[in-house]
Amino acid sequence: MTAQVITVTSGKGGVGKTTAVANLANALAMDGKKVVCIDGDIGLRNLDVVMGLENRIVYDIVDVIEGRCKLKQAMIRDKHYPDMYLIPAAQTRDKNAVSPSDMVRICNDLRPDADFIIIDSPAGIERGFRNAIAAADRVLVVTNPEVSAVRDADRVVGILEAEEKGTPHLIINRLNASLVRNNDMLSAEDVLDLLGIQLIGIVPEDESVIIGSNRGAPVVTDGKSRAGLAFRNIAKRLQGQDVPFLDLDQQSGLWGAIQRLTGRK
Amino acid sequence: MNFFTRKKSASSAKERLQLVLVHDRTDLTPAQLEALKDDLIKAISNYIEIDPEAVQIGLERDGREQRLVADIPLRSVSRHRAG
Repeated sequence: MTAQVITVTSGKGGVGKTTAVANLANALAMDGKKVVCIDGDIGLRNLDVVMGLENRIVYDIVDVIEGRCKLKQAMIRDKHYPDMYLIPAAQTRDKNAVSPSDMVRICNDLRPDADFIIIDSPAGIERGFRNAIAAADRVLVVTNPEVSAVRDADRVVGILEAEEKGTPHLIINRLNASLVRNNDMLSAEDVLDLLGIQLIGIVPEDESVIIGSNRGAPVVTDGKSRAGLAFRNIAKRLQGQDVPFLDLDQQSGLWGAIQRLTGRK
Repeated sequence: MNFFTRKKSASSAKERLQLVLVHDRTDLTPAQLEALKDDLIKAISNYIEIDPEAVQIGLERDGREQRLVADIPLRSVSRHRAG
């Protein structure tokens, strides 16, 4: 077993990176995969609360790096999926406590015993972001169909290309189908055309995402949620399965447009 | 602007982003582009007669590729035809 390291990033804050990490990890665990999540947002940790594991933290990633505990001791086992773990960020330190080579070393230590390692990147394009992408085999860029999020996503894609991290895949999060229908929100097709990268999923705006975060039970575990279904589909695509994109009832021709865009290198 | 002719906000979002992204990606300001245009006109005028007023230069994108596109009408062509 050698894990694939996936980093989730966005440039802009608040677009749903942490929610995406928690949901993709849960969806992969539901498919029987061994998953380790790493919160890369040193000083502003949140993945623990979104995953409902905040009361179990003893050690964090900086304790591992500075030799105060073994890697295994900082891995918090999930409540529902025994093959899913979280390595939390340190809350009282800053991003300079971790270096890109620390991240590479930790991921290399984890690789033999996991299927997926998912890293939650902090917002921005500074040190924390550099740390988060250092070990990535694959990068997912999360954006919202909104001008500032798309602009920042484009910056991040440009940096990833310059760093020869390959072309990332795009998650369009919080798409509101009725606004798109009224032509008052950028469509998935518009965002893909602007960014020029491959799509891996469109997640509809869905109140149950907040409800899931409130409870520390990511929305993928809710069988009725549309957003949950979208995340489960992305998890399948990460495993190499060919899953059709959800029909979000948008403008006609969207489906064809997505296929054209994603088929283009 | 009434209800029927009002441009929907998604269209202006896309148009504005198209421009912003081109300049973000190339790190070239509109003023620098104008200076480039003037230099280009000077250089080309050393070899062939052009109409400086009609020259158009702009940045276009196709996926993640950027392209500098110039349209430079030649002055001599129409004169030859007329003569």
